[in-house]
Parts: sequence; C-alpha cells; structure tokens
Amino acid sequence: MQFFINALAWLFDPKNYVAGAQSPLPIQDRIGEHLLYTLVSVAIAAVIALPLGFFIGHTGRGRQFVIGFTGGMRALPTLGLLMALFLIVGMTVPFTQAAFVASIIAFVILAIPSILAGAYAGVESVNQQVVDAARASGMTELQILFRVEIPLSLPLIIGGVRSSVLQVIATAVVASYISLGGIGAIISSGIGLNDNARILGGALLVTALALVIDGVFALAQRLTRRRGVGGERLTRAQKRSARDLSTGRVSVAATTADEGNQ
Amino acid sequence: MSWAIENFGLILRLTLNHIALSALPIVLGFVLAVPLGWLANRRRALRSLIITVGSLLYTIPSLPLFVILPYILGTQIKNEINVVVALTIYAVAMMVRSASDALAAVPADTVEAATAMGYSSWTRFWTVEFPLAGPVLLAGLRVVSVSTIALVSVGAIIGSANLGYLFTNGKQRSFLEEIVIGIIASLIIALVFDLILVALGRILMPWTRRRPLGGPKVLARARELEA
Amino acid sequence: MIEFRGVSKRFPDGTLAVDDFSFVLPSNKATVFVGSSGSGKTTLLRMINRMEDPTSGQVLIDGQDVGGLDRVKLRRSIGYVLQASGLLPHRQVLDNVTTVPRLNGVPRRKAREDALTLLDTVGLGRSLADRYPDQLSGGQQQRVGVARALASDPNILLMDEPFGAVDPIVRAELQVELNRLQRELGKTTVFVTHDIDEAFTIADQVVIFREGGIIAQAGTPAEILANPADDFVATFIGADKGKRTLHLQQRDGDDGVVLVVDGDGRPAGILSDQDATAP
Repeated sequence: MQFFINALAWLFDPKNYVAGAQSPLPIQDRIGEHLLYTLVSVAIAAVIALPLGFFIGHTGRGRQFVIGFTGGMRALPTLGLLMALFLIVGMTVPFTQAAFVASIIAFVILAIPSILAGAYAGVESVNQQVVDAARASGMTELQILFRVEIPLSLPLIIGGVRSSVLQVIATAVVASYISLGGIGAIISSGIGLNDNARILGGALLVTALALVIDGVFALAQRLTRRRGVGGERLTRAQKRSARDLSTGRVSVAATTADEGNQ
Repeated sequence: MSWAIENFGLILRLTLNHIALSALPIVLGFVLAVPLGWLANRRRALRSLIITVGSLLYTIPSLPLFVILPYILGTQIKNEINVVVALTIYAVAMMVRSASDALAAVPADTVEAATAMGYSSWTRFWTVEFPLAGPVLLAGLRVVSVSTIALVSVGAIIGSANLGYLFTNGKQRSFLEEIVIGIIASLIIALVFDLILVALGRILMPWTRRRPLGGPKVLARARELEA
Repeated sequence: MIEFRGVSKRFPDGTLAVDDFSFVLPSNKATVFVGSSGSGKTTLLRMINRMEDPTSGQVLIDGQDVGGLDRVKLRRSIGYVLQASGLLPHRQVLDNVTTVPRLNGVPRRKAREDALTLLDTVGLGRSLADRYPDQLSGGQQQRVGVARALASDPNILLMDEPFGAVDPIVRAELQVELNRLQRELGKTTVFVTHDIDEAFTIADQVVIFREGGIIAQAGTPAEILANPADDFVATFIGADKGKRTLHLQQRDGDDGVVLVVDGDGRPAGILSDQDATAP
C-alpha cells in the first residue's frame, strides 16, 4: 500500500509539473506526447481503414480478407514489430527521428485492423431491408452509404476506433523502449533509476488515461446509438453480427460496441 | 540464417518458455471465465458487473500492468508469475464475455426440452448447455490464444525469458534478423495453437463437423422430397 | 388418471393464467386441450410434469399429488413432446431417443437396441439413426421427438403443440400416425393445440378452453359437434358458419355422383361407398 501512496504523492507533486524540468518531466508534456502519438496514428489509420471497411461492408466483397487479416494481425507481437521497424527505419532516417517515425508506422499498422473491422461490421450489420428500401426509393449507392448505413452503424464504427485507440495507448508505453517519449518514458526512467514511485506512478497514470478515454468513447457510442437507431437497443441483426465478430475472429471493435447496451 | 542455426538452443529454450507462459493463462482464463459467464447469465445485475469489470481490466495497458502487479502480489518485478497473472487477467477479461454470450445463445427451447425430460440442472449444464455453447466458446478461446501469445513478448522488457528477448536483444545489437526470427517463431506458435484448438473442436464437437451444403433447411427439404 | 383439483396459476407479472380449474383425464385415452393463446392450456399441461407449479390447488396422477414428488424423477417418468421437437442438436438421432433411458441408468447397448425398435414404431428408417437433428426434415424431427418421449415407456405422454411447426401435409400425416400409435400403445395422452380440426382428429375427449383456463365445453368430438354448448364453442368449431353441418346434394350433369356440401353449399367432398378406417 505504501508504494501506491508514494506513487500517488509523486504524481500529485507540483514539482513534477514545472515546465522545462529534466526529462521525463514535466508530466503534462509526457501526457501531451502520448495523446499526440495516439491521435496522429489513429487518424492515419482511419483514413486508410474507414473507406476500405465501408467498401467491404457495403459490397460484401473481401469479407474473407477482413476476417483473415484482422485475425492474423492479432498474432503479430507488438514489441517485435516495433523493434523491427525501428531498425529498418533507422537505416534511412536520422537517429533522432527514427523512434518517432518507426513508432507511428507501427501504431498505424496495429490500429488498422480494429477500425477496418468496426467499419466493415457496422455497415454490414445494417438491416438489409432498410438498405433495400433506401435503394428502392432512389438513393445512389453513395447516398445509401452516407445517409443510411454509416449513421445506423456509428456505434460499431466508433467501437472499432475505440479499440484501436486503446491498442495504441498501450503500445505507446512499450515504445519508450526505443526511446519514444510519452508516459512510457516515465516508467522506463523509473526502471532505470530503480525508483518505485515513478514506475508505479507512470503505470497508474497511463492506466487512468486509458480508462478515461475508453469512457469517453463508451459515451460517444451510447449517444450515437440513441440518435442514430432511434432507440436504446441494437437491432437483432446488429447484435448477432456483434456477437459473431466479437467471438469470431474479426475484432474487439464489435465487442466494445455493444457494451452500452447491457 | 546462420545466426538462427548457431543459436538454435537459445531459440528453442525461449520458444518453450514462451509456450509455457502463454498456455497457462489461456487454460486458466478459460477455466475461470466459464463459471463467471454462467454467473453473468444468472442475474442481470451480475452480468453488468462482470462485463464491466472485465472490460475495464482489459483496458489496462500491458506494460503498466506488468509493473503494477509486483506491488500488489508482493513478487519481485522480474518474477514470471507477474506475466502469467497479468495475461490470465486479460484472458479472463476477454473470455468472460464470449462465455456469457455463448451460454446465453444456447436455444431456450433445447434447455427447456432437456429440463422436461428430467435433467437435473448440474447434468443439464454439462451435457447440454456447455457442449451447445462450445462453438462460440471455441471462437472466443481462439481469439484469447492468439492475443496471449502475441502479448507474452512484452514481458521481455521486465526480464521474462521468452521470444520477446530476441526483440530486446536484437534491438540492442541492431540485429534485424534476430528480431524477425522472433516474430516468425511467435507467429508459428500462434498458428499451431490455433490449429490445435480447431482440431480439438472438431474432435469434441462432431455435430459441427458436417454442415450440409446449402444449409440445413434446404437439405431438410431435399430429404423430405426424397422420402 | 390425471386429476386437476382446484388448480390456479398466477404468474409473477400478475397474469392469472388458470383460475380454479378442476378436471379428470381418464387413463389410456387421448385428451386434447384446445383454445386460443392465453387460454392457459399449455400452463395446465406443464403442471403435470411440474414444469410449472400451481399457485394453489393440486395435480394428482393416479391419486398421488405431484407436488410431493421429486420433479426430476417425475419428468423422467413422463413422455414430453414439444413444438419444434426440442431435440438436442449436438446428438445423433439415436442418442436423442435414448436420452431418458440413459438418465434412468439403462445400459447404453440395451437403450440403443430399444431405440432402434422405437424408430420402427414411429415410422422412421433405421438409416436415420446416426443423423444429426438438423439433417432431418421437420416431420422426421417430430417423429424422433415422439420416439424420444416413448423411450422410457411412460404411462403418460404430454404433447405441447407438437405439430405446430410442420407444413399442413406433413401435419396431417403425423396426426394419422399418432392415432395409430395411440391405438397400439394406449398411453394416457394429453395434447395441446389451437387447431380444432387437429383436436377432433386425435381426441377421445376434447376440452375447449376460454381465456383464463375456463372450460367452455368438454366431451367427445361427436358430442361437441352435435351440441355446441354455446355461441363461443359454436364459433370456435366453425359450426356457426355452417362449416360443420354437412348434407348431401346431387347436381345435374354430375352423372349421379353425390356431393357432400356444407351449410353454405360449398362442396366438402363426395360420398363414397367405402368404409373409412375406424377412428
């Protein structure tokens, strides 16, 4: 217990927030970096994965690819990916930037499967009768996608982004091992200095950050569900799809997506 | 490749330890999650609690969990028990949801029929509900298996001697081949585990094996015409 | 003999499904409970094997209150056929049929031999023994369901809308088969349906229910057809529309064929010299 008290004391010590302090301080800078890495890599991943997921979900083409790809990516050890990219990138990029570039590439690769699966599963789960009705009333395929399928499947789409964000937050901690900044830097410096308060403080801080961001996403899913589907409950098809996916090989995206529903 | 051949003994040792460190959490996760999933289906309030706690635990990033656990368990930071406990927590957190979904998806009619025939609830669970939940449980277990094997390597940062060692060591020596071999070995373990699970499923759940082409309804109709 | 003595059932949500119901079902006869949904007929059926317990009153089998019996043992001694058959999807046909004998401790080999004989009894080929339920047609599944219910040779057979999910042609076939079985085996059968024609086909005794488990009329099919107790019964069996009063009519140009027509003059069939097989 004493360790935790010390860790919290360290976390709340104003000294550790003084601007210009020696790295890994001040703490707020490390939090900022951590959020920045997450934002940049998830944004890049979304630009790649969302259109692809929508396309696959809408046309049904490439379904097997998503299932195989997301399953396979899950097997990829994040630490290995990070180190390999660090060495590869280090061959061309100056050492000072190698960690950043390699990390962002790794994060993007890790973020894509969840977003892809969420987008695909969301669009596919929309009741086929609703889509037929939209088509029958004269909507173009793009209009169907943007006015019917995406609004109706927002909770699942956000669910995909949610898992990818959590994945990146977790992996960014590990990236401190290739001297990336972020909250991971606090933990590694603690390990280096054998400073328990720092190790535990950093660990608690990043855990709290993950929980808070997860909560924000849960809220977003709940709000979009109420507005989009016109009720609290998912359609049966959405639920089934969510279950298939969460238990099958596609993604944690769908798992988190029907959380608010319980 | 010469490096891999020269260091075959090391790679083998790390691989075996990697297998042990992941197999334990996978098995423990399954064994703990099934009763929890059963509990979650008994009461609504319990379900929310179990699912919420599960998803919160799953949200904790891995490296922080590895370093927090020693303070809670009173273990040394380099002790591999920390890795096993952390991975078991993730496995349970992931699996409990599949387990509760799987058990909830067992058709109520079938459970009802079993009750009407005179199954006691204990026998009914083991001979009807559990096997019928099998396919969904297996799907969940496969996800747990793959994720756990990938996650074990992070333990190398706190000194666990698994394939992750090849990553940290390769990085220190700027030796890409070593890292790539580690990744490949880890992928192979994941693949082999997955194949084993699928094979177990086929052996233990023969009724899922021969799904007729064109779905049961079409086939049933065909047989009716034939008769 | 099954006796309901002042039985009521109120569900936790407050609905009164059955109110002070008393009735005796004779042994070795088929009694059919018929009524629309919400009439409490299924609830009454389920009280016999204690799938439901009455809020008040008693259900007695051969004078013994089932409330005092162990429900698991009781259920194993009573055959039960459900709508959509309720077969265990992960077990082959033969293993489904042997379920209850196996629960009762009959050796596997013996149970399987008996089960094969039962497949003959219900008119299923032995070649289906190693199929899984979803490889069978709806009608075949129902036959397996009946075989399973008969497997422990129970005195009582409960059937809860067993043919509700199969198409009309197969249903008619199954009804005829059930009549044959009933003649052969003489079980005390309780059959629940909302189809009055099915009730008349199967029953020795028909009980027509109003809402809330109240008997509108009980009697043999002939008694009910001849003398509907009131307008409700008349409407329920279709007598008010003249559907049940058939008479003969000879029309010009039919070469002397005698038509049987209903009250509205709709042809129901022709008059044949051949005797129908005794019901």
